[in-house]
Amino acid sequence: MAGQGASEPALFTELEVEFMAEDESINIVPNVRMDTLNMICGDYGPFRPQIPVTVPLWLGIAMKKRSKCRIQPPDWMSVERLSEVLEMEREAPREFQPLPFHYVEIAKLLLDNAREDFENNYMVQSLLEDIKDVRWDKVEKGLKNLSGRTHAVKLKNISAMEVNRMRTFTVRALQSFFKHDNDDMMKQTPTDSDSQSTPSSSDRLPRRTLRPR
Amino acid sequence: MDSGNGSEDGTPWGRGDGQGDDDDINRDWGHKDIPNDVEVLKRVWRNEKSAPEILAYESLLVERVQEQIANMEENILAAAESLDDMMLSIFEMDVNRLMFLLRAYLRVRLSKIDKFALHIMRTADLWDRLSPQEQEYASKFVDVLSKHMHDSVLGKLEKAYESMMKQAASSEENDMIVEPNLDTYVFCRSKTALGTFQLDDKGDETVDMMPNDLYILRYRPVRNLIETDRIELV
Repeated sequence: MAGQGASEPALFTELEVEFMAEDESINIVPNVRMDTLNMICGDYGPFRPQIPVTVPLWLGIAMKKRSKCRIQPPDWMSVERLSEVLEMEREAPREFQPLPFHYVEIAKLLLDNAREDFENNYMVQSLLEDIKDVRWDKVEKGLKNLSGRTHAVKLKNISAMEVNRMRTFTVRALQSFFKHDNDDMMKQTPTDSDSQSTPSSSDRLPRRTLRPR
Repeated sequence: MDSGNGSEDGTPWGRGDGQGDDDDINRDWGHKDIPNDVEVLKRVWRNEKSAPEILAYESLLVERVQEQIANMEENILAAAESLDDMMLSIFEMDVNRLMFLLRAYLRVRLSKIDKFALHIMRTADLWDRLSPQEQEYASKFVDVLSKHMHDSVLGKLEKAYESMMKQAASSEENDMIVEPNLDTYVFCRSKTALGTFQLDDKGDETVDMMPNDLYILRYRPVRNLIETDRIELV
């Protein structure tokens, strides 16, 4: 009917979204001494035992894998903060609570690679799962409100993974609404006798080319 | 990108030029304040990937990035003996991440060229957005494609149906050329408040863009905002 081709994959793969998240900052506590790293992505360090230092997530995880540091869990990943967020997510069905844009990926990377650095890792993980579910539920409910009158959608505090997951469907739905709205306009213009021919007179109407399927 | 290789003007663009290691001037530029090329390339890649049409090629940025990669690889090679295992692998990861981004950027452009080659070649504005190498690729691609189409199908049809551009000789327009759908929707955000922005010709549809909030908007009305770097696609 409306879309182009069968089911399209998400625009970014999960790994690509994760790649982007790996540039977010994280605090680590090194247990080794190492000079400042002058890298293309920036300068980090110097590293001194027991002195916390901020690094990109990928660097923290690389060091963690070699047991050269401990990860300091970010504030928002404490059981206390996450419980608060979950409660607020439930209380406010029409809005998303502020969390890092890449919270899903950061949490996954940290819990996969530095599980023992979290005091209540089991609790943290289950809270995060609940938060993810509540938020996704809101996304789905929000999608039901899309209509032909939707010309802009504002998404405050939505996260990267949520965007990527809802993108294909949302874009297709909005495209169809837009297309059919403009189809209505076309029917009202009497110039068009042959339904196959492309209206070329008006710039306002979308040009329609036959696409190979 | 309007800033050139900045080793002369003191911007951090020229970082990784081989002098950065013990250069205190460079160190004063905190990596948090000014986006470095890695961040810029990431944004450029995301924009390219999300936009339905091909965007202008970022030739200066790509040049700088290639230079930084080459320099870093040279540095790594030169220092390989004196660095311990971990530092070596961290430096390599740093380079590899940037190379991944660069390849991803070039690849997504190539895939758009494959898809819209005919359209791009016939539209001067789009053609100018390609790098010389991409232009060469596009021309060759179209040559191969038209030969293949002719040999396999079109050449065997009656004259009226022989064209790769038209369904039939009676078509008024080139209705077999695939064009990107500019009336698709994109997810975008702006770092600054853009005020009220008009989305249609009549002014019935407007949006008030607040900094850092995400919006889903139709691509066509906002494409200029991407060109001028006032919004980014996510």
